[in-house]
Amino acid sequence: MLECNEIMKTYGRKTAVDHVSLKLEPGRIYAMLGPNGSGKTTLMKMAVGLVKPNSGEFLYNGNPVGRESRREIAYMSTEPYFYGWMTAGDVGRYYGDFFEDFSMERYLYLLDRMELTPEMKAKALSSGMMAKLKIAVTMARKARVYLLDEPLNGIDLLARDVIIRSVLEECADDVALVISSHLVDELERVVDTAIFMKEGRLAMMGDIEELRMRQGKSVVDLYREIYGHGGEETC
Amino acid sequence: MEYNTAIPIYLQVMTSIKRDIVTGRIKPGAKLPSVRDLALQYSINPNTVSRVYRELETEELCFTRRGMGTFVTEDAGRVEKLREDMAQELVREFLAGIRQLGMTDEEALQLLKQYREREKMTGTA
Repeated sequence: MLECNEIMKTYGRKTAVDHVSLKLEPGRIYAMLGPNGSGKTTLMKMAVGLVKPNSGEFLYNGNPVGRESRREIAYMSTEPYFYGWMTAGDVGRYYGDFFEDFSMERYLYLLDRMELTPEMKAKALSSGMMAKLKIAVTMARKARVYLLDEPLNGIDLLARDVIIRSVLEECADDVALVISSHLVDELERVVDTAIFMKEGRLAMMGDIEELRMRQGKSVVDLYREIYGHGGEETC
Repeated sequence: MEYNTAIPIYLQVMTSIKRDIVTGRIKPGAKLPSVRDLALQYSINPNTVSRVYRELETEELCFTRRGMGTFVTEDAGRVEKLREDMAQELVREFLAGIRQLGMTDEEALQLLKQYREREKMTGTA
């Protein structure tokens, strides 16, 4: 449903994404893995049309991504994007204005599960609470594709379970989810395909149950092989 | 549930469900949770759950009623057979481990007996 062909992006002399081609299918949960600077964020931003590639293209159901596709693709960036004066409730209304598929009911339910209230002010939130707010507002959309950039970063273990649960709740036959992370461990059980990015290139992409069956390897094992370390230490 | 991430998750979940069937925690003929509910319950990918149900069906431990869901077999003989298979597998693993240590099967039996005696004495049986 979402695919890119030979996509490339450079910032000055640095190549952020280097001729990557991949295809995302509905009904699957993908982990996009790799250390900082491996191109994960740039790739996601190109998928929603926020960054223009130098060459190659991103297609959603056969059409170039842009304003239209953004109605069906929910993207959560790493940087916070709310005004400090906003309350959590304001953030919900702000999203409701932008996206037709936003459900205030689901948002309030998610806020509650994340132990946040609509009255809380954005600028008073800790980084962990802000991370939860971002997830709640993104997952309250009824999108066809969810692109979550580092949703587990800076979040305590218990809240990670809540986030993983909300991801599983949105998973359906016609929905694709992509979670970027360097917390490989947390995603082992949840995803079916791992996308390994290395220095802007697609190092490997594969079904992880197949991997376990054929090679007796976990995603963490593979991560070590590809990057030479276990992932956690790059945080 | 704790998983060994180097072994396919679907196999581990299958074993967990099989154990529940053998011990009667899941009754013969009982309806199993929907794919989505089981995915949430085990905190795993829904496609993994679909695979679990498919494999259990192939092993004739479950069957699907169109539009109604997945059910556990009502065949008591099949459940008994499953118990035997699972026990066999444990014995096979035990003996393989013992043989790897260079011990004979006789010694293995001896070990089992001694272990039982000790359990009785310390009251941990």
